[in-house]
Amino acid sequence: MSGPTPLSFHVPGPAVRPGGAPDFSDVPISRAGEVRRPEVDAAPEDIRDLAFSIIRVLNRDSEAVGPWAGLLSDAELLEGLRHMMTLRTFDARMQMAQRQGKTSFYMQHLGEEAVSCAFRKALAPGDMNFPTYRQAGLLIAGGYPMLDMMCQIYSNELDPLKGRQLPVLYSSREHGFFTVSGNLATQYIQAVGWAMASAMKGDTKIAAGWIGDGSTAESDFHAGLVFASTYKAPVVLNIVNNQWAISTFQGIARGGSGTFAARGLGFGIPALRVDGNDYLAVHAVARWAVGRARRNLGPTLIEHVTYRVGAHSTSDDPSVYRPKAESDAWPLGDPVLRLRNHLIRRGAWSEERHRQAEAEILSTVIAVQKEAEGHGTLHSGPHPSARDMFEGVYETMPPHLRRQRQQGGV
Amino acid sequence: MARKTMVEAIRDAMDVCMQRDDNVVVFGEDVGYFGGVFRCTQGLQQKYGESRCFDAPINESGIVGAAVGMAAYGLRPCIEIQFADYMYPAYDQIVSEAARLRYRSNGQFTAAMVVRMPTGGGIFGGQTHSQSPEALFTHVSGLKTVVPCNPYDAKGLLIAAIEDNDPVIFLEPKRLYNGPFDGQHDKPVTPWARHALGEVPDGHYTVPLGKAAIRRAGAAVTVLAYGTMVFVAETAAEQAGVDAEIVDLRSLVPYDLETIAASVAKTGRCVVVHEATLTSGFGAELSALVQENCFYHLEAPVMRVAGWDTPYPHAQEWDYFPGPARVARALKAVMEA
Ligand SMILES: Cc1ncc(C[n+]2csc(CCOP(=O)(O)OP(=O)(O)O)c2C)c(N)n1
Repeated sequence: MSGPTPLSFHVPGPAVRPGGAPDFSDVPISRAGEVRRPEVDAAPEDIRDLAFSIIRVLNRDSEAVGPWAGLLSDAELLEGLRHMMTLRTFDARMQMAQRQGKTSFYMQHLGEEAVSCAFRKALAPGDMNFPTYRQAGLLIAGGYPMLDMMCQIYSNELDPLKGRQLPVLYSSREHGFFTVSGNLATQYIQAVGWAMASAMKGDTKIAAGWIGDGSTAESDFHAGLVFASTYKAPVVLNIVNNQWAISTFQGIARGGSGTFAARGLGFGIPALRVDGNDYLAVHAVARWAVGRARRNLGPTLIEHVTYRVGAHSTSDDPSVYRPKAESDAWPLGDPVLRLRNHLIRRGAWSEERHRQAEAEILSTVIAVQKEAEGHGTLHSGPHPSARDMFEGVYETMPPHLRRQRQQGGV
Repeated sequence: MARKTMVEAIRDAMDVCMQRDDNVVVFGEDVGYFGGVFRCTQGLQQKYGESRCFDAPINESGIVGAAVGMAAYGLRPCIEIQFADYMYPAYDQIVSEAARLRYRSNGQFTAAMVVRMPTGGGIFGGQTHSQSPEALFTHVSGLKTVVPCNPYDAKGLLIAAIEDNDPVIFLEPKRLYNGPFDGQHDKPVTPWARHALGEVPDGHYTVPLGKAAIRRAGAAVTVLAYGTMVFVAETAAEQAGVDAEIVDLRSLVPYDLETIAASVAKTGRCVVVHEATLTSGFGAELSALVQENCFYHLEAPVMRVAGWDTPYPHAQEWDYFPGPARVARALKAVMEA
């Protein structure tokens, strides 16, 4: 009799590494219009298939097709296009500002603009997002002043957060944007708690939680699902699967489960996957989930399938870990171009007007940037006083902190 | 006014607050239907309904994280972690989230919430039911840390904590739930029903956070203590025959430097006592404060008596616990120095 065979250790890896040819042929992508649209009160067990397909509206010919189409007017779509273009331009300028040493750090959304911009339009005033660092589209589409965003990035004298937070970790209660933490996943369970509170008070507001594919491995993601499912909290739980954490591909967090959306199934939470590069699809699915929450039908999990075209942050170099051309090979296309082409096809837009809009948006962003820089950047010009540093740790400053402020001479 | 145990006083505090403010909600493992493993929340669900007092999954990070979200909404959660030893999974939510919301949002979001947890040893709870983690909280900016040692203070401090607009860690020395404990483990415990500090007024009153209490006036040496150690120090002072002044800190952050400094300036000597392990314990902070503020009054080095730097053992609990004999020895030593 032979002894037991030695075990072998398994570490999953991406399909290709730099030097290889990008290949998404094994990624199953549903056809536009193919996935059904259940009633919002459908029983979770009857829609388990939606955790494995991809809800898509825009087809290759730039038409909006299938049961999830037809919810938005031309004017709304044009507004959505403008939001995405603004976010993209804002990102490009701020990325450059970081390279010029005007701030320490920046994180862009390139390729993911539809997710937060379209989702925001499904919410009502008073609803609360618990975002991560890659959902600035919630602010842009929610009408938050771009000047405030830039001043936060520059930590200048007008920074609404007084220089206490890293760039892009915005906070605006008024605009339904919970203060972003640098610790991943913590806000997911907080979103559920906020939603529970709204239900406990008999309010009508709902919450939305946000997390990246990599961060779903954190315990707080699972805490969020347990609480949301136990108390049927009125919350929409978003997972933005942009294929990569920093250098770590999504399979490291996902392990053997078929999809991230499938994580919801064991909790009895309806789980849908959506084409995150399709503004219409994201908006339609968001409306469906928000409608469920609003009707007291409980939580929904949405996996937004997208691709992080840019680097993780200004500190990252993706060419080290993935093929340069991988983003071009991404089968779901570019959200801005797809919506642009759809609007052109509908006769509501033209290439000419698109070019004009690009130029117009760029000059607006530059004008706001000039204004922001007039109030200082991280290393030059006016910034928040050192005295501010001691404020706001507690509601009223305790004696020991007061003594320290005196010692600091501010 | 009635005599109450600390458990009853704590329950009474939550009851008073829930009555006065609809936004006060109570939850945690086993706290709803059953009333908590120590019965601190008994009856609250029956009285206020399930959306004010309810059971939570066994997920400490979830309990604290959900409370942070509720507090951001505008509720005032008063949550229970079953034993302080189980707060570690929730530590990130306490330290990185609750403690910093106000600061990082410039006041747009705040975490007015209380995290209650039983602490300390003396009940043969072994390593995972005996710890005193206060220093892990006092080190964190944005948190307040409170340790009551009797029913009167427990109720008044807890009401103040629930009404406070900052996150408060409320550490309940479980050895004191049913009566004071003087560290004489072989002697029967006097129940609170026979102790003056068991008198608890009805209705609403507060004991302000940040104010220490002089438990025993004395002229020879100041003992800085909190929680169970207040009673241990009293016994030790009698055993040593030393005219000790015992200062019960009640809240560790904010701390009452005025009372501490005035007492040490008067006595010229200081012993710090706590149950938590010695190294980097809150006693280190206290002795540094005394050294910085009272150096010219000191006639002897500040001494610390604390738990040893080992995990809390089960069978050797009484060798670990800083009992009256060890405190008495320290008192004599500073008197002879
Ligand atoms: C608790 C915690 N661990 C690690 C980090 C460092 N970190 C910042 S972003 C990141 C990757 C996150 O990836 P993912 O969740 O997929 O989001 P994405 O950046 O792709 O949008 C890591 C590991 C952190 N901020 N917090």
